Amino acid sequence: MEMSGEYRISAPRERVWAALNDPELLKASIPGCESLDMLSPTEMTAKVVAKIGPVKATFNGKVHLLDLNPPESYTISGEGQGGVAGFAKGGADVKLTVDGDGTLLTYSAKAQIGGKLAQLGARLIDSTAKMMADQFFGRFSELVAAAEPHPAASAEPTSSIEPAPAPLQSQPTVAEAFGAGASIEAAKQAAASKKSALNLSPTIGSVPRWVWILAVAILVVVILKMVFW
Amino acid sequence: MGVEGIGQRVARKEDKRFITGKGRYTDDMKLPGMTHAIFVRSPHAHAKVTSIDTAKAASMPGVVAVLTGAELVADRIGNLICGWMVHSKDGSPMKMGAWPAMAPETVRFVGQAVAVVIAETRDQARDAAEAVSVDYEELPAVVSVLDAIAPGAPQLHPEAPGNKIYEWSIGDKAATDAALAGAAHVVTLDITNNRLVPNPMEPRSAVAAYDSGDDQLTLWTTSQNPHLARLVLSAFYNVAPEHKLRVIAPDVGGGFGSKIYIYPEEVVALWASRKVNRPVKWTSDRTEAFLTDAHGRDHVTKAELAFDINHKILGLRVHTYANLGAYMSLFSSAVPTYLYATLLSGQYVIPNIYAEVDSVYTNSVAVDAYRGAGRPEATYVVERLMETAARELKVDPAELRRKNFITSFPYQTPVIMTYDAGDYNASLDVALKAADYAGFPARKAEAKARGKLRGIGLSCYIEACGIAPSKAVGSLGAGVGLWESAEVRVNPVGTVEVLTGSHSHGQGHETTFAQLVSDRLGIPTSQVSVLHGDTDKVQFGMGTYGSRSGAVGMSAIVKAMEKVEAKAKKIAAHLMEAAEGDIVIENGEVKVAGTDKKMPFALVALAAYTGHNLPEGMEPGLKETSFYDPTNFTFPAGTYVCEVEVDPETGHTTIANFVAADDFGRLINPMIVEGQVHGGVVQGIGQALLEGARYSAEGQLLTASYMDYAMPRADDVPSFELHHTTTLCPGNPLGMKGCGEAGAIGSPPAVINAITDAIGIRDLTMPATPDKVWSAIHG
Repeated sequence: MEMSGEYRISAPRERVWAALNDPELLKASIPGCESLDMLSPTEMTAKVVAKIGPVKATFNGKVHLLDLNPPESYTISGEGQGGVAGFAKGGADVKLTVDGDGTLLTYSAKAQIGGKLAQLGARLIDSTAKMMADQFFGRFSELVAAAEPHPAASAEPTSSIEPAPAPLQSQPTVAEAFGAGASIEAAKQAAASKKSALNLSPTIGSVPRWVWILAVAILVVVILKMVFW
Repeated sequence: MGVEGIGQRVARKEDKRFITGKGRYTDDMKLPGMTHAIFVRSPHAHAKVTSIDTAKAASMPGVVAVLTGAELVADRIGNLICGWMVHSKDGSPMKMGAWPAMAPETVRFVGQAVAVVIAETRDQARDAAEAVSVDYEELPAVVSVLDAIAPGAPQLHPEAPGNKIYEWSIGDKAATDAALAGAAHVVTLDITNNRLVPNPMEPRSAVAAYDSGDDQLTLWTTSQNPHLARLVLSAFYNVAPEHKLRVIAPDVGGGFGSKIYIYPEEVVALWASRKVNRPVKWTSDRTEAFLTDAHGRDHVTKAELAFDINHKILGLRVHTYANLGAYMSLFSSAVPTYLYATLLSGQYVIPNIYAEVDSVYTNSVAVDAYRGAGRPEATYVVERLMETAARELKVDPAELRRKNFITSFPYQTPVIMTYDAGDYNASLDVALKAADYAGFPARKAEAKARGKLRGIGLSCYIEACGIAPSKAVGSLGAGVGLWESAEVRVNPVGTVEVLTGSHSHGQGHETTFAQLVSDRLGIPTSQVSVLHGDTDKVQFGMGTYGSRSGAVGMSAIVKAMEKVEAKAKKIAAHLMEAAEGDIVIENGEVKVAGTDKKMPFALVALAAYTGHNLPEGMEPGLKETSFYDPTNFTFPAGTYVCEVEVDPETGHTTIANFVAADDFGRLINPMIVEGQVHGGVVQGIGQALLEGARYSAEGQLLTASYMDYAMPRADDVPSFELHHTTTLCPGNPLGMKGCGEAGAIGSPPAVINAITDAIGIRDLTMPATPDKVWSAIHG
């Protein structure tokens, strides 16, 4: 299954960026999302309960990020295990570009599904995935647009990612662990912006974290679409 | 004879319980202490099982046990087998990959079981099954037969290099090559016979109960052949010795072949019941049925038919690739070989035939016999070729067939079979007349005026059923004989119990078999009961498939009846002081011919059991057994004519008329025969227009529910017009031929011939869905 989409979010890229760092906001945007956790700087998990139509399943998603090129593009690779409902795995290329006073997010995803998802839902995936993606980004855009802008959110990301050092043991939060893992500079920025975060959330600012969360979001959206039937 | 005898439309005795909800199916079984099994199945088409964590599931509420394939193997439960040995051209035996009932190491199709949860309730088992954590290491998968034999394809079994199970051939290659080389005209077709899901109304089910007091296992299961199940479960799967295993197949709601085989779930249920020392029930849900019931058909074929200048057939050359799925099911090796290529002569004199069949492993569920089993595939090849040849030669398709019909019998084909009797012109004539073949051009013109495309197609099918002579099938590799047994018990009050090794799962044996007894003794069918499906009651039996219950099963009853009658006559002659040769049995009475001396049959029976006054040296009782082995297959044949109308704007095909003229030999109950033909034809139309199992390239079954797998419905089919012609089968005492599969065998080519005629194209791959037909019309 292949799908692609383009969404214009009525907020500057900086704000989108920051918002995408916010697990609470993402959880609010992803229907049924119970948790978003960093396992390591290159691995994140999400737990989503989807109950739509006759299928209800808890999906445990794992996401890896590749080819990071903040703030412009990256590639997501991930898979979700839904127990007896089956599995979904795939990847997506995501781009975030400035579009006037807004931000244009484009993605093109490929996914493979197995088990009950394929047996019962294969023919419905394309249209459902599209619909669910629209739902997610619709909610996300509303929440971002409704949030107060904050100067800290405008911090530009580094344009190159350095080799990841060990996570900062003294800063156990998801945001900090992520920032530390992704780049020293990002970690510094995360620390610097922590106290002056957006109103959206107390934990914002680490530059590349949006990438992770968006990755999870898109994967979850893809999976959700599939599980519908 | 009589209102309920042979040839009468007796209403089905079993229908009262079926239509009032009193049928008793395996899933209706409820035993004290019964547990429920849910299988953990692979979502991957091909993968290594790297670990299975059952700890969480085992601790969940109601869970009795969580068992894995490794434990099954450790307990020495045998691998599932294919019971028919087929050898390759080079003499090597077929290459059978190991098939454990639950996979300990490698899964090879989506839905293959890796573990089973046994719990107090089905819901608890289902919840716990979800908590079983299985780690897979995915392997590349292959699902199409041609991809599987391509260089570099993923390999399924180390036993079968290149995924080839066997490369088999039949017929004379050199002579056939020469015939084609010298022919005036050769018609060539590339044919795909679409993969089908059997879809019996009742899904598979098994209830296994271990009695530790007697060390005895009982299995209620949805089987078409309980004795064969017991034999295989004992001899090969090591579940229990035969005398410690009772297999009961109670009411079974359809099978179409898919319930012949012994499946992993039955093996596991028996094994698990002994392990947990409690009864275990498993019932398939519908998607499990799509995933795990053996599928049917799935052939890719190149076929060439050669004609001389006078349109006489010179030779037929066929190369078929048969997809047998990931494992070899019980009879799967025989279906694309001895049940397929041996029928490639059709109804025609074909001096030279050479067929090669390569059977191949793919990452899909096993493929085995499904209603018709090989004969539909053969008929499709032959009848598509004949229709296409007629169009290319610009002759009438009916006349081209007529010109090449076999007309003298017995007829030895170049592919093993000896046709014993038939009159193919008779069934063709009846069908053409009933279909108003001559009036077709006018109907086509009338349809054209309405903007519709009308077409007509023929299919002159033959099949071999009533399987089969044990010696013959033994020489061809079958692991069992295919005789049938019957016991006729006359009770002291004169009622009769027939114990048959045939199994009824919709065929109406309780009625037709009773009619046979009624016919011979002149007693009403209400005084006859037919018992089947229980290895503790019935002596033995080979079960029901291959349209064999009439020709083989009833022949065994005839033989047992003859013994009963002979003894009854001896007793009656003794009691009435008459010569044994003068005794006749009719209308429920035993009479001395030419006199008014007679006595009720019931009194003869009573005399047999009181033993007060029997001929000197005679044993009491009136009960006889027969094991009947047929001398040949039987060869039902006929002509089907399908007329369709295609809407060129939507591509939708409407079947305007469907005529079947079948020769089934003697009919016991024409109403039941017609029901069999109706069902078979609908299944054939389903294959031609609607049905098709689809796997994705990764091996995911995309058609695993009725949302995606289109079954024919009442509004997809017309009201059929059925006719019968009769040549008696010389090979069995009743002159019967089988009628259970003919409809599914003969109808698909008739439908496709009609559609291709309507839209003026050469070929179309089944199923002819509206989008396919529309695309064909609009290029």
